[in-house]
Amino acid sequence: MSTINLVYFSWVRERIGKGEETLELPANVVTVADLLAHLKTLGEQYEAALEHQNVIRAAINQEHVDHGEPIAGAREIALFPPMTGG
Amino acid sequence: MNTGVTVRVQREDFDLAAEVAALSRGRADIGAVVTFSGLCRDEAGALSALELEHYPGMAEAEIERICREAVKRFALQAVTAIHRFGKIMPGENIVLVIAASPHRQAAFDGANFVMDFLKTSAPFWKKEHHADGSAGGWVSAKDADDTARDRWSQ
Repeated sequence: MSTINLVYFSWVRERIGKGEETLELPANVVTVADLLAHLKTLGEQYEAALEHQNVIRAAINQEHVDHGEPIAGAREIALFPPMTGG
Repeated sequence: MNTGVTVRVQREDFDLAAEVAALSRGRADIGAVVTFSGLCRDEAGALSALELEHYPGMAEAEIERICREAVKRFALQAVTAIHRFGKIMPGENIVLVIAASPHRQAAFDGANFVMDFLKTSAPFWKKEHHADGSAGGWVSAKDADDTARDRWSQ
């Protein structure tokens, strides 16, 4: 088990119903994709937020990463939709 | 003397002329300054406000990464990028990019480059508020913005 801080933004945050949380992750959660799959088992809100898994963007320690990125050593993982600033 | 990159993420408005003056203060080597400002449109009266959410810390870091890349790629003398967050009314400023170089082309290209990457990789999200009180929603990302970014790697 490892402990990780998760932060959510935009409609990912709204659908999950919170902006941040700290979770204990099982050892078989190795990559961002594994994390998304794990979160979807935690309840309907998570399923709704992460339904279209391929559009979800991730950042580890405030840098963009792909879904294949290992999460070992991450202090903070952020999940959010495609960005619409500017 | 101002050298290099200035990035700010803030709730309050900015003053374009003051930012240009700050960027060029104390130096006489700049030959071209290009500014871009992005404003909140009212969408023909349908939109009453935009709410801009951001990822504090990463927003600044990501814009800084983009600006440093632009400085390197176009040999810019200075770049300033300011992005607002919170509730923004139609007609108000959202974003400012200033690029300075000895000659105009690099400044034009640099400002363009920063905006294209800022739109697709700086962690900001816009939510619309409708003037008629109906439920607004999150703005969808546009394929055209990805296309605009990708042309820089061709």
